Formats: sequence, C-alpha cells, structure tokens
Amino acid sequence: MTKTAHDFAKASAKALGDRQSRAILHKAIGHIRVLRQRSVNAMPDFPERQARAVAVRDKTLAKLPELLETLEASVTAAGGRVHYAETAETAATLVAGILSERGAKLVVKGKSMVSEEMGLNEVLEAVGIEAVETDLGEYIIQLAGQRPSHILAPALHVSKEQVSDLFARKFGRTSTDIPEMTRIARDSLRQKFLAADAGITGCNIAIAETGTVTVLENEGNIRLSGSCPPIHIALMTLEKVVETLADAAVVLDILPPAATGQTLPVHLSFFTGARREGERDGPKEMHLVILDNGRSDILADPKLRSILRCIRCGACLNVCPVYQSVGGHAYGTVYPGPMGSVISPLLNDNPGDPRQPFACTHCAACSEACPAGIDHPALLQELRRRVSETETDLPVAAFSLLARHPLLFGGAAAVGRLLDPKLREVAAVAPDAPVGRFLRCREFPGLARPFSRRFKALARRLKRLQGGRA
Amino acid sequence: MEAFLFIPCLVEHVLPQVGEATTAVLVRAGVTPTLPKGQTCCGQFAYKRGRADLVRPLARRFVELFQDAPAVVCPSGSCTAMVRRYPSLFAEDDPFREQAEEVAAKTFELGQFLVERLGMVDLGARCDLTAALHGSCQTTRVLGAGSATEALLAKVAGLTLVPLARPERCCGFGGAFSIDYPEASEAIVSEKIDDIVVSGADAVITAEPSCLLNIASAMAKRDLPIKALHLAEVLAGEGI
Repeated sequence: MTKTAHDFAKASAKALGDRQSRAILHKAIGHIRVLRQRSVNAMPDFPERQARAVAVRDKTLAKLPELLETLEASVTAAGGRVHYAETAETAATLVAGILSERGAKLVVKGKSMVSEEMGLNEVLEAVGIEAVETDLGEYIIQLAGQRPSHILAPALHVSKEQVSDLFARKFGRTSTDIPEMTRIARDSLRQKFLAADAGITGCNIAIAETGTVTVLENEGNIRLSGSCPPIHIALMTLEKVVETLADAAVVLDILPPAATGQTLPVHLSFFTGARREGERDGPKEMHLVILDNGRSDILADPKLRSILRCIRCGACLNVCPVYQSVGGHAYGTVYPGPMGSVISPLLNDNPGDPRQPFACTHCAACSEACPAGIDHPALLQELRRRVSETETDLPVAAFSLLARHPLLFGGAAAVGRLLDPKLREVAAVAPDAPVGRFLRCREFPGLARPFSRRFKALARRLKRLQGGRA
Repeated sequence: MEAFLFIPCLVEHVLPQVGEATTAVLVRAGVTPTLPKGQTCCGQFAYKRGRADLVRPLARRFVELFQDAPAVVCPSGSCTAMVRRYPSLFAEDDPFREQAEEVAAKTFELGQFLVERLGMVDLGARCDLTAALHGSCQTTRVLGAGSATEALLAKVAGLTLVPLARPERCCGFGGAFSIDYPEASEAIVSEKIDDIVVSGADAVITAEPSCLLNIASAMAKRDLPIKALHLAEVLAGEGI
C-alpha cells in the first residue's frame, strides 16, 4: 500500500486560512489554559507528584514484557480474555471478529484514541456493525463525519453554534443552551446503551497485579459502555500498564490535574474481568486488546523510549504554540501536537508527515508542561537527526560551510548588503519562495554595517567616557 | 575583570546596536570587553535542523577562539544555550569534550553573567518607558536565565513593566521554523503582537535577538508605534 505522505506545511497553511476555526480553537485553548493553571498552582506538591509518576512510568517500561504477562494472567483469572495485536489493522480485524462471531449489530463506544489508531469504526461498519460514539465530543465528531482534533477534547475545534446546527440537522431538535443540548444527545444515546450488544472502551491505566482496566471520564458514558452491554471490549496500547494498584494511584495523582485541571475526574472506573458467578450485573464477557503498532520497537530504542512514559493527558498540546495555531487536523495523524510529533512517525500505521518533527519552534513549553517528564524537544531533535541523515539540506550545508571560514562568512554578508540589504528584491521576485513568505508579515530591518567594525571605536569612546566619570 | 564578547551572527550583521549596548553595559559593570576576531555562527541553525555533524566543526572553532577567555558573554539566550550544549555533541571519550565543557561552563548570557557571575542587579540604568517583557523561550525555559532578566529590569529607574496575557508563549520564530512554516509562524507572532498591544506597553523588551528581530519586524509591518528593545539596550540607557 503506497500513500503520498501527509504534508503538514500545506495542511497547516490551509487550516490557518480558516479564521472561524482559529477563533474557536483560540477560545477553547484559553479556557483549558486557565483550568490547568488553577489546578497546578493549587498543588504545591505537583513537582513531587511528577517525580513519583516519572519513577513509576520508568519502572513500568523497564519491565514491560513481564508486566504484560502478569496482566494477562490477572485478566484471565478474573474471567476476561487478553488478545495481542501487532498492527492496528490486525487489532481492528480481531475486534470485528469477536463481535461478528457473537452476532453483535450495535456497539456503544467510550472515547478511545487507540480505537482511532485502529480505524475501528470503519472496519466495524464494513462488516455491518453500527458503532456509536458515546462521549459527547466524540459523538459530535461522529455525527459531523469528522476526526478528533485533540486527544482529550475531540470536538475542541467545534463551536456551540456549530453543534446546535448539527443537532438540528440530525435530530430535528436543537438549542444553544448547553444543558439542553446535552439532553438532546443523551436522549439519543440512552436508547443505544440499553440496546447495545457490546461496549468498547479505552484504558487509561491497566493494573497488572489485579487485571484491572482503569478509565477516567467526566460524563459517565464509559462506565455505561463497560458495564451495561453483555460484552465489554477494552482497548489499550502496551505501555499503558502499571505493576500495582499503588502505582496506578501515583499516575492518578498527575493525570487529571495535567489533563483537565481536576483533582479527580467525575467518574473513575475500575473494570476487573467479567461478571462472576452469583453477580447480577456487569458484562458476561470481557476482552482486553493490547495493541503494539510499533511500540515494541520504540521500547527497544533507548534514545526515544521515554515517549512511552506518555499518559495522554494532552498538556503538551494545550501549551504548544504550533498546535494552538493550526489545530489538530493539520497533523493528519491520530496524535497531534508535541507528543504526536514524536510518536506518530514511529507508529506502523499513519505516521503522517515524515518532516513533522521539524514543525516546532523549540520553545520547550511541552516538556515544561509534561507531568510525565518527557523531554519532547530532545526527542524531536533525535528524530530530526534521523530524517536529516537521509537527505541533503543544501541551505544548511552551505551556511555551515561559510560559517567555518570567517572571511567567506563576512564576504557573503557584504554581498547581501550590497545587493539588497532589506531582501525586498528577493521577496518581490519570489513572493512564494520561503524568504518571500517569511517577509510577508515582516518588515526586515536590513543587513547593517557589522558590529565588529564598530567595536574598536566604541570601546575607545566608552573607555574615555568611563574615565571621565571616574 | 575581562570578558570575551560572543556576538551572534544575527547581532553582528542585523542588530549591531545590541552588540554596542552589550559592550556599554559591560563597561558600566566594570568589565573590560574583548572581541575575539573570526567569530561567525555558533551552529544553532544547523543543530535545529538535526545536523549535529555540521555543528561540530563550528563548535571546535568556537572553543579555540574562546578557550583563553576569563569569561564569555553573549547577548543571546539561544546562542548561549547552544554553546552549553557543545560537550554533548562529542563522544564521552573524545578528548575535545573536556575542552568544550570548560568553555561551556564559562559562557553566559548577558543577564545571567551580570546577576549570577558578578552578583550585580542594579546597574544604575534609567529608561523612562512602560514596557512588556517577552521572556524568550530559549532564555527562560532552555537556559534558565529568565529570573536574571527580571531582576535586572526591576532595578531600572523609570521603567514600568506591564504583564503580557500569555508571558510564557513563544513568538513563533524558531529559526528555520519561520522559513519552513511561514504561515504558522505568522499566526504565532501575530498573537504575540496582539498581546503586546493589549498590554498597553510603549515597548517590548527581550534578552533574545532572534525574538527581537521577529517581533520588531512584524510590528514594523503593522506600523505599530511600539519599540522593541534588547535587554542590553535598556540597561545601557543613554550610555552609548
């Protein structure tokens, strides 16, 4: 299967042309920023929480194969079944198979980025299974026929008014009052929960010692998806495991504050296995699908492994100036923003633009915000190095060559000064060339008489001045 | 004491007034500045393109030029951060690594040098302005010299600092980023300028020449009557 690689530069330029979406994004991100500041500022012990979480994540990664075995044994002991999938495609086929074999026709889904990674909804649709997203944001996105633009808030890019129009079209009933809009969605979704043959959820933390799938949410739809239908299928990527319940608590110490500015989410569910004998509710069958999709290779790569510490809180997206401006869709991948720019190129499916790691201003707001201590700038630097190895970068090579020879370097600047100190000609001749586009919003001050030629006289004058003062 | 001036290529060829102000500030602080000949570029541009291999020869040149310096002072947080990164570009057992470490350890961003090395925060500067501080990402988060900038500005007579709505936010330059992704870069710098305008400041101050150039040239394009000044220019006051 050959596909033309995604072009982030083009996609982001296009996204930036959409003023309405930019304004919506701007407002939403501003809101998240305030929430996060409020919560982290109210937690003087956040750095300690962070240090403990980093230690737990690193311990987990160091013994990942062993923990996955323990997890499998615990889930099995609790009456569930564990399935491993090497690729996103096999994972989706596997889930479709489980559902088809049992004659499932309707599936309710709690928000899951792993499901997005698997392209699960399309695969289920192809075998005649209706999959209904039940997270409000995700439901909106599904109704609109779109993709999530944020790993936590999938409909971040959609305004209240747009949702209102969408509901009018889909339900013939609408409002601009948020509680009323939620009621409209709930009326539709409640029927689905009751009628569903199976529920699919994600997994924030899988606890190896107990075989528990831990899920955080604010709406209650995930708890319903995992407990109401007769079959529960939970999806996770392999690094989401921790060893003990105590380790899970350490991750829970940082995840809600970093993600949504909450101390704890409204619903925190622990799903352990299937319904046991004598129990009156809960799913009769429970499956846990563990997806690799390139992560074993990342684990074996010491320079990049730390990206697997990621707990998907979305904090790095919320502070990234690039993400804030262009939005999630421009990335063309399941995971956008800083964490996405690191992990997407390493995944087997949908790696996005191979040059994505270059689309970064090196501002390090991501690593500062990351509760799991991921140094995104360093990881992006490593990825840039790997991409650069395979290509010839003429401007950089030429510049570096000049910089090795001061006479040539100074000479080049002198030529520039003579030709066009303000680069106006360049911009006029080639407005669409990189320099022309750079100058579109900038009035370049011009190449000046070098400082080094002014220094001697200046130093003499300053010395005199200083002497005069003394 | 004596200090060697490390002048970034951007300052040498585009913002020489920043070099002049840096010289004046050092003299005012009682430091004798020396300008070693043959400086070009620290290699940051190639580094951020993932080409550490192209940076190494530049790092070697730099270390040779500055190895005899009692201290190295640079009016740029990002170039200082680059030099501090030099040792990591060489293998652990490469004898050059130690030399690079020595030079990296004595290289300071201007504000950092004044505050951390000389223990000076009050240079007796005067600057009658209402200004907003753009704490550049490289100076603050990467180099960790943001508090030095703030301490120095707090002692400038006549200077009123007004806060920016999102002080931690990048200006969108990012070196080659602004050339490779000009639309995104434009969007980010526009928001920075919106924040500056809303703050009511007559001037914006930063310790980073690349942010300075980015913000100043984007404000000039909009014909805004807001000055963009380097920290050194504020500290030099009428000193040059």
